[in-house]
Amino acid sequence: MKKIINEPQHVVSEMVDGLVRSYPQYLEKIPDTEAMVRSDKDSMTGKVGIVSGGGSGHEPSHAGFVGKGMLSAAVAGQVFTSPTPDQIYAAIKAADHGKGVFLVIKNYSGDVMNFDMAKDLAELDDIKVKSIIVDDDIAVENSLYTQGRRGVAGTVLMHKLVGAAADQGATLEEIEQLAQSALANIKTIAVALSAATVPEVGKPGFTLADDEIEYGVGIHSEPGYRREKIKTSKKLVTELLEKIEKNQPLKSDHQYAVLVNGMGATPLMEQYIFSHDLLDQLEDRQIKPVFMKVGNYMTSIEMAGVSLTIFDLVDNKWLEYLNYPVETIAW
Amino acid sequence: MLTAENTKKWMDSFYRKIEENKDYLSELDTPIGDGDHGNNMMRGMDGVKNSLAQLQDPDLKTVLKAIAMGLISKVGGASGPLYGTAFLEMAKKCSETQKVNELLSVALAGIKKRGGATEGDKTMVDVWSPVAQSNAITPKIIDDAIASTKDMQARKGRASYLGERSIGHLDPGAVSSGYLFTALLETEGTL
Ligand SMILES: Nc1ncnc2c1ncn2[C@@H]1O[C@H](COP(=O)(O)OP(=O)(O)O)[C@@H](O)[C@H]1O
Ligand SMILES: [Mg+2]
Repeated sequence: MKKIINEPQHVVSEMVDGLVRSYPQYLEKIPDTEAMVRSDKDSMTGKVGIVSGGGSGHEPSHAGFVGKGMLSAAVAGQVFTSPTPDQIYAAIKAADHGKGVFLVIKNYSGDVMNFDMAKDLAELDDIKVKSIIVDDDIAVENSLYTQGRRGVAGTVLMHKLVGAAADQGATLEEIEQLAQSALANIKTIAVALSAATVPEVGKPGFTLADDEIEYGVGIHSEPGYRREKIKTSKKLVTELLEKIEKNQPLKSDHQYAVLVNGMGATPLMEQYIFSHDLLDQLEDRQIKPVFMKVGNYMTSIEMAGVSLTIFDLVDNKWLEYLNYPVETIAW
Repeated sequence: MLTAENTKKWMDSFYRKIEENKDYLSELDTPIGDGDHGNNMMRGMDGVKNSLAQLQDPDLKTVLKAIAMGLISKVGGASGPLYGTAFLEMAKKCSETQKVNELLSVALAGIKKRGGATEGDKTMVDVWSPVAQSNAITPKIIDDAIASTKDMQARKGRASYLGERSIGHLDPGAVSSGYLFTALLETEGTL
């Protein structure tokens, strides 16, 4: 393992300190926690608070999206491990300005349970809390009898929507409604070229041969659905796009937002090439995205690979929310 | 019968088992999870040790609550809320009864409610359930329960993402729960 760190067990606290000290204009640390809240308190007055968070290792998620127009607070758990209820609760309290707090949770059993316990604690304090459990990763089949699909890069688009709505004065109920209807239209699928190493573990979460790739890998090295030899960018796009189409037909008369997300170690150069091929293949379907982002938004430490998120903008308002101005480190 | 004293000893023993097997637990969590279960439990037990050290002459309820809070506030992941809920439920019940099997039954109910898993889902429930239901806990009951998770297909937790490929691996949470109960067996006066 080769990393720019000190002691592996201090990775998260040192990262949080580095973040808040580098970007005091956007966020500050909530004392005695690894949760961060917006520095611009005025921007939260009279509005629903938006809190997100999860394990660390996904930077710039989630703290990179704290700021006016997006998240009110973010909680950083240990690397790839959900934050604990007391910390989430501290973030909820810091985000609450009397209109309630909305939680954006990714669908992992740890995250769901820890956020649930935090919600119980907040409700004891009479803070109104509602939430959405994001499960945009189509690599895993959904089933009533399992944990269901994972939450991955589409979560960032969810942050953007609910953050914009909150800034425009939407109520907690309206935000919940928005989140639910948008979620059904956000689909993500990834391909990995190499694995991530959790600092405290010291070795990669899985191994791929030099010429091997794996489709459908999750953001914590969860296994995907197929391994094969590395392909050209064009062929990777074809595979991922067809997988998405099986879940959500792509229609030429619909408007789409697209997120091409780097997993950590994949250079932007490759992400732009992938995007170019993607736009070609969407064009073949008479589709021209009305909104697009390319870059590292929801990473998996130093995993190499990309994920593709396609968001069917069924409601016109959603595009407006995506374009709404924000003041954050990373949007 | 649990008392404040023997419960603290039980936790000392559990602490040592987690410390010794931290890497093994994380290894078990690698093929069917995210490789952190040993680290999570170690962080949690450090939390428990610290909270217990701060108590002066506590009663059983205070001890159980301190264990719960130590785990809840330090573990994170899926196992933190689950182990934490288990000890919180025991804390709620212990004014009424200090009998181990009765306390473990309410703890098990708490785990099932929090995580929605039942027997056969390849989780810690598959160890907690047979142990809580037995009138006399034995090493064999614990070992068989742990071993039974190997052939199961996971339906809860991260391992469920693997579908059939989760078969053939022990569940890490079941193994750590086994340490908890072995530690209990080895602590005099608890049963
Ligand atoms: N819903 C659930 N109900 C009961 N036990 C669960 C559930 N989800 C996970 N577990 C247990 O938690 C263990 C994993 O714990 P850990 O690795 O610490 O958390 P995480 O999965 O968040 O990384 C699993 O081996 C399993 O025994
Ligand atoms: Mg784990």
